[in-house]
Amino acid sequence: MEDLKNISLSGRKKAVSNKKMTFLESIYLREIVRGLGITIKHFFQKKVTVQYPEQKRPLSPVYRGRHVLMRDEEGRERCTACGMCALACPAEAITMKSAERKPEEEHLYREEKYASVYEINMLRCIFCGLCEEACPKEAIYLTKSQDFVMPTTSREAFVYGKDKLVISLEDAKSKKFGEAFVK
Amino acid sequence: MDIYFILEKLLLIVVAFAVTMFFALYETLAERKVAGFMQDRYGPNRAGIFGLLQPVADGAKLFAKEEFIPDTPNKVLFIIGPAISMIVSLLGTSVIPWAKEFHFGDYVFIPQVADVNIAVLVIVAILSMGVYGIVIGGWASNNKFSLLGGIRAGAQMISYEIAMGLSIIALVMMTGTLSLAQITEQQAGMHWNVFFQPLTFLIFLVCAFAECNRTPFDLAECESELVNGHHTEFSSMKMGFYMFSEYVAMFFSSLFMSVLFFGGYNYPGMEWVSANVGVNIANVLGVLSLLAKAVCFIFFFMWIRWTIPRFRYDQLMNLGWKILFPLALFNILLNAILILVFKW
Ligand code: SF4
Ligand code: SF4
Repeated sequence: MEDLKNISLSGRKKAVSNKKMTFLESIYLREIVRGLGITIKHFFQKKVTVQYPEQKRPLSPVYRGRHVLMRDEEGRERCTACGMCALACPAEAITMKSAERKPEEEHLYREEKYASVYEINMLRCIFCGLCEEACPKEAIYLTKSQDFVMPTTSREAFVYGKDKLVISLEDAKSKKFGEAFVK
Repeated sequence: MDIYFILEKLLLIVVAFAVTMFFALYETLAERKVAGFMQDRYGPNRAGIFGLLQPVADGAKLFAKEEFIPDTPNKVLFIIGPAISMIVSLLGTSVIPWAKEFHFGDYVFIPQVADVNIAVLVIVAILSMGVYGIVIGGWASNNKFSLLGGIRAGAQMISYEIAMGLSIIALVMMTGTLSLAQITEQQAGMHWNVFFQPLTFLIFLVCAFAECNRTPFDLAECESELVNGHHTEFSSMKMGFYMFSEYVAMFFSSLFMSVLFFGGYNYPGMEWVSANVGVNIANVLGVLSLLAKAVCFIFFFMWIRWTIPRFRYDQLMNLGWKILFPLALFNILLNAILILVFKW
């Protein structure tokens, strides 16, 4: 039977050799020259760096980025301030205030009740996407937008209000923020 | 000693200082660029085109950092540590011959701050003082890691200085002079010493790496074991001085090796240029060729740094005492025989 310590199931096992270095090896020169060859080869190779703000990496298909509040085909806000998203949120990131739609505002809001204030604290949010799943009106979406949540120096700046979350009708139609508008 | 002489030398000192500083400044950028390119990255390229303003930004940052002095009983030593490092590495350029004499009418201008006839000895003396900055700084930091770094640097310098001195002896046996100006003149027309003394050059090169505290011999600041070695406790411009003195020393070593082994300001076709185009033009080209050689060496220093990992301490000592030291002795013997028998 073969000795257990000689078996290599992966076939990649390498035996450690502790043989004494010959004189030529012990002055390291040959290996140094070989190493220099390798590094100079890399010196002239194509670089793998992605120059970030100018070049962007494609996001993965399941990427969940910053949120948008969607509009419907006529450009009215979909959100009805039901609070389902806030309830679903495990990170307590969403707060809102509701208001009743007035008759002359029908072109602005789809439902009779709408969110007059809607805030997501991006420092709390863990981008789990549960708000998107919970929303009965298909109003909130986590997008693949390339404008990420940018770092700033104040905590307040991370609380995104409706000014940042609600997107324009053109943006919604242009699918810049994903396919969500089709529904 | 007339006033013009003093003025001329002062001017030369300022120019040499400025050139050294300029090179040291851009070595910091080059180091990061070379590191980046060898690791398939671009290195810093945001400040100015190609990152050319990066050293300025780095310097401004270092100046703006908090000045921290640990609770050490040796505040004075703590402050003069980096100062010694810097001064010593700057001193070397004083004996480098930058070019042959310039002629402006009757006026002869020698582009060498001090043509001492024992320049090689002066440099060896200066180089061996460089370790004081590290040892004093490390000791005054009142920190185990710094102290260990300082001790290592001291042991390493002593070990490698011997081999370095012996390799220089072999070279001097051939040239018969200690003046760098004469050594350079002997090498005119591609009679570069490196072709006659490759073994000496090799020994000297290895020792130069050790003297400059460059990888693979940067055991004094071995980040993986000693935090940052002798300059762990230093911040702001004191840290900047240590870092900078390393780059100045690298620039100086590159110059020194170019002068000793690669013909200094000599370049192929120098006589032709000086006969046909003009002596001064030929000399300016000479300065440029010296700097070009230095740049090649600087690149080589960096190339090595990003190729070879740091030696273990015992390997370092083995290499110094068991290999380089006997090799240097053998080299002297070899040269002596060659000179005696073949009138080399
Ligand atoms: S993505 Fe998750 S954490 Fe963020 S707001 Fe929605 S539910 Fe809350
Ligand atoms: S985003 Fe959706 S779930 Fe949240 S309040 Fe508006 S309608 Fe309700």
